[in-house]
Amino acid sequence: MSTLPETPSVRVASDQARTLQTPQQAPTAGLPVESEEVAFDIRNFSLWYGQRQALNDVSIKIPARKVTAIIGPSGCGKSTFLRALNRMHELTPGTRLEGSLKHFGSDLYGPGIEAVSIRRRVGMVFQKSNPFPTMSIAENVLVGLRLNGVRDKAILQERLEKSLRMAALWEEVKEHLNRPGTSLSGGQQQRLCIARSLAVQPETLLMDEPCSALDPLATAKIEELIQTLRQEYTVVIVTHNMQQAARCSDRTAFFYMGKLIEFGNTRNMFTNPSNPQTEAYVSGRFG
Amino acid sequence: MATSPYLPTEKFARWRKFKSSAVTAVLVVCALAVIAPLFLVIYFLLVHGSSSIDWNFFTQLPKPTGENGGGMANAIVGTMALLAMASIVGVPLGVLGGIYLAEYGSDRANDWLRFAADVLNGVPSIVWGMVVYLILVVPFKTFSAYAGGVALGLMMVPLVMRTTEEVLILVPQSYREAALALGVARWKVIMVIVVRTALKGIATGVIVALARIAGETAPLLFTALGNNFWNHNLKEPIAALPLQIFAYAISPYDDWHRQAWAGALVLMGLILALNITVRVLSRDRKHNH
Repeated sequence: MSTLPETPSVRVASDQARTLQTPQQAPTAGLPVESEEVAFDIRNFSLWYGQRQALNDVSIKIPARKVTAIIGPSGCGKSTFLRALNRMHELTPGTRLEGSLKHFGSDLYGPGIEAVSIRRRVGMVFQKSNPFPTMSIAENVLVGLRLNGVRDKAILQERLEKSLRMAALWEEVKEHLNRPGTSLSGGQQQRLCIARSLAVQPETLLMDEPCSALDPLATAKIEELIQTLRQEYTVVIVTHNMQQAARCSDRTAFFYMGKLIEFGNTRNMFTNPSNPQTEAYVSGRFG
Repeated sequence: MATSPYLPTEKFARWRKFKSSAVTAVLVVCALAVIAPLFLVIYFLLVHGSSSIDWNFFTQLPKPTGENGGGMANAIVGTMALLAMASIVGVPLGVLGGIYLAEYGSDRANDWLRFAADVLNGVPSIVWGMVVYLILVVPFKTFSAYAGGVALGLMMVPLVMRTTEEVLILVPQSYREAALALGVARWKVIMVIVVRTALKGIATGVIVALARIAGETAPLLFTALGNNFWNHNLKEPIAALPLQIFAYAISPYDDWHRQAWAGALVLMGLILALNITVRVLSRDRKHNH
């Protein structure tokens, strides 16, 4: 496909980004002084829906191969922010944005950059599980590959098993891969959707409140899964559930009224936040 | 005696109950009046048509004037052929137009398209026949099965387009988002994911449109024309059930009148079968969601 040849140059770019950024990594408040690769480098990012400004001058460096949680009260712009990371917000007509957004050193919104090729590298899991109702479990996992032109049976079979294993679903479904995806339970369906996103081998996985429709047991499974994902993937997760952010993320960003209020190590954010608004929110006094 | 302000006086209660049952009765009568014509149609068709339906009716050609017997085999096959050709014209145009309406068109363009489709839907069927006569019959100097198929197909377009649009809009946005988030191009998302999800609804719309045009006579008068023999060449006139019914019904022969009734019964059976297919398809759809 047209975008596949880009991948090597992208990797080079990300290597450059790593070497360039290492020395200039300033010890910002709440961030450790260690050198780390940056997945998303976002500067002065603002976004409008028509006249209404949803995000206001957000600058943040989301680390690679770590779990970053985004918290904040409803309407604070956290979902908008997440959807801008793989340009899903473009489905909403009348949006406009400013600022610089880079993913492993390459511009997400540069001239000629297509949303399709970005979404292949930045996958997304949604609040409500949405397996395709006309497809079996196997077809659901492989649909992204098939529609992007992968025909090789051996590759498909290998990705099917690998993706389902990574999504901690393989053992439960390996006997009946041909059943409809919608025949699974809610939690299984959400893990199927995660497997479907992983099958196209993105570098980054965005999760928009992936557990808010699930019961505590299914939630625990997904959180466990997020822990294993972080070894290979950058995960950015929007959540309403502060215990969830505290349990499964390395970094936490707190958004309020379209602004990034505070960003730091999850433990610091929850035990010793430097901003009084963060303190009020994480201790449950508003939001 | 226990009195309550909420207990009505006996006289008031009787009057109120009378009004209630009167309204109910009127509504029941209206509901019966709605379905009564269907039973009348089926009753008359069965009474007059069933006696003439036999094996010959389905296997033989019409007999020459004055001879009894014969059948409408060529007209039955002709109607099937015309419906097939109409689908070839009407289904792609209608479905693709519906996809445009539901997925691509701007609000302004859609307003105009929907308005045009509604007007097209109201174009009298005889007008379709005349237009296609000018476009496909006059230039080729012959009535033809093709012309009949095109006339019926054009009638299908607005129907198929609007039902396709409606069922595509019902496909949840979350499926489109999920597929787009996999880095799949938009046209593939629409063609493979969205259309496939709505396929049963689209098929239902196509069958409804077929049932609607199967009995059309006027568009065929100037196009397919009718034919008393087998059609071996679609560039030539072809027989169709409604045309044959029309020709036989206005003839002076009792035997032909009986055959016209039988033809009407077969045509009605075909349309009923199409509608039952629609019911079964829609019931499956409800089960799936």
